[in-house]
Amino acid sequence: MGIESLLVANRGEIAVRIIRAARDMGIRTIQVYSEADVDSLPVQLADDSVLIGKPPSTKSYLNIESLISAALDIGADAVHPGYGFLAENGDFADAVEAAGLVFVGPSGETIRRLGDKVTARSSADVIGLATVPGSAGRIDNLEEAKPILEEIGFPVLIKAAAGGGGRGIRVVCNQEEFDRLAPQASTEALTAFGDGGIYIESYIHNARHVEVQVIGDGESVLHFYDRECSLQRRRQKIWEEAPASCVPDDVRMRLCDEARNFASSVGYRGAGTLEFLYDSSTHEFYFLEMNTRIQVEHPVTECVTGVDLVRESIRVCDGNSLGRSQDEIVLKGHSIECRINAEDPANGFMPQPGTITELKVPGGPGVRFDSMLYPGYTVPPYYDSMLGKLIVWDEDRPSALNRMRGALDELDISGIKTTKSLHQALLNDINVVEGNVHTTFLDDWLSKANIQ
Amino acid sequence: MSNQQIVSPLPGIFYRRPAPDQPPFKEVGDAVSVGNVIGLIEVMKSFHEVKSDRAGTIAQFLVDNEDAVMAGQPLVDLND
Repeated sequence: MGIESLLVANRGEIAVRIIRAARDMGIRTIQVYSEADVDSLPVQLADDSVLIGKPPSTKSYLNIESLISAALDIGADAVHPGYGFLAENGDFADAVEAAGLVFVGPSGETIRRLGDKVTARSSADVIGLATVPGSAGRIDNLEEAKPILEEIGFPVLIKAAAGGGGRGIRVVCNQEEFDRLAPQASTEALTAFGDGGIYIESYIHNARHVEVQVIGDGESVLHFYDRECSLQRRRQKIWEEAPASCVPDDVRMRLCDEARNFASSVGYRGAGTLEFLYDSSTHEFYFLEMNTRIQVEHPVTECVTGVDLVRESIRVCDGNSLGRSQDEIVLKGHSIECRINAEDPANGFMPQPGTITELKVPGGPGVRFDSMLYPGYTVPPYYDSMLGKLIVWDEDRPSALNRMRGALDELDISGIKTTKSLHQALLNDINVVEGNVHTTFLDDWLSKANIQ
Repeated sequence: MSNQQIVSPLPGIFYRRPAPDQPPFKEVGDAVSVGNVIGLIEVMKSFHEVKSDRAGTIAQFLVDNEDAVMAGQPLVDLND
């Protein structure tokens, strides 16, 4: 027992974050890199580094064989997958364990079980965690839909069983529309996905995205309270807060306890997040899915709980017990994160690879910038556009918003365009300031906005 | 017969197919006209079409499918 050296099987800001956590724990770090990341900050910060392949991620960061042999050749004891890439690939977790190494995350079996939306939903049903009301599985004919529609009521969503990315989804407000649109949706699903299966779900108007952070040690689980991530562009989160200001404290306790129970019921190990749709008019929440990894927005939770989640997740995956009780996790103040992406908000969010000519990073109390940038760094075109995350903490939400305004003004990234200006514009919007947003708010807002 | 080239408008990864299970946009010997899509460039997880700015016949591809390319790098040799 006892991880002495950790291979970071990721890149960018999360690699930097993992290296920092490991360094604090006295663990030697080994950073893998593609040919495009030779000059990257995590390669500079790690104790050691290993070239694993060509720039395209399929030939480097997604290549299980290269990663495992890199870990074995250099004598790592453990592998951290970060987020994205192979973080939620059960086969990768299995391969790491089969090589005799510690995987910083849950078992491959847990990843697969929770990654499948149908099995995750039935696991939730077993313990009575509410999912969005709808058909238990696919609907084969219109007759079968009738009793379900009567039960859940209109409006409903018709979704493609094999779908994804919003394709094939229809909002239906009455029976006549349903009878007309369901066959259309099925035909479209057949064309798009080769599977005409559809299912129905209650449509929650102006739903908000609320999630709960958990860490398990395989025996017990603690929750680290909630976050709200309703500001999304094309289903990608760009702004996150902790706690969710739309959730009253009594509901928050129930939400977090139920999330904790769910993770306990699957014997969860590592850091994970349960995502929910939240109806702020009724204060009902509906389980969507569980992400079996550390998430981009974990720092807002670190700010309001004071716990280093990356360090904790390494500890528990190394076989240590959580070693603290739920009462010891106390929520304090409010935190906001703005994702700074290499995209031009004034030009359709066009990607902006290129060289950072100047960099000024904000500071002061309650301000944190998690990033892999340095002056002179060239952002490669091959990977995600996220450059970093500006995070603030303050005693309450209005103060945190104000602190974010000042921090964004101080942040200066020259050489490429970034989404800083988007966040500055959002901070001037009354709905954002009042927390009156939902998951399609930003796409609607952007269709009217004019960001310079 | 003069040789011309189609260059990449962006840095990124070059794909010859619209999706992995679909046939390539164009093969050697195919005719292209102005505005025809000859491939995709993936830059930071978003995909951009590479359109021909001239007409001709594809003589050869200068980069392989899924190769990393720079902005301005020639992708295709065209014959008139």
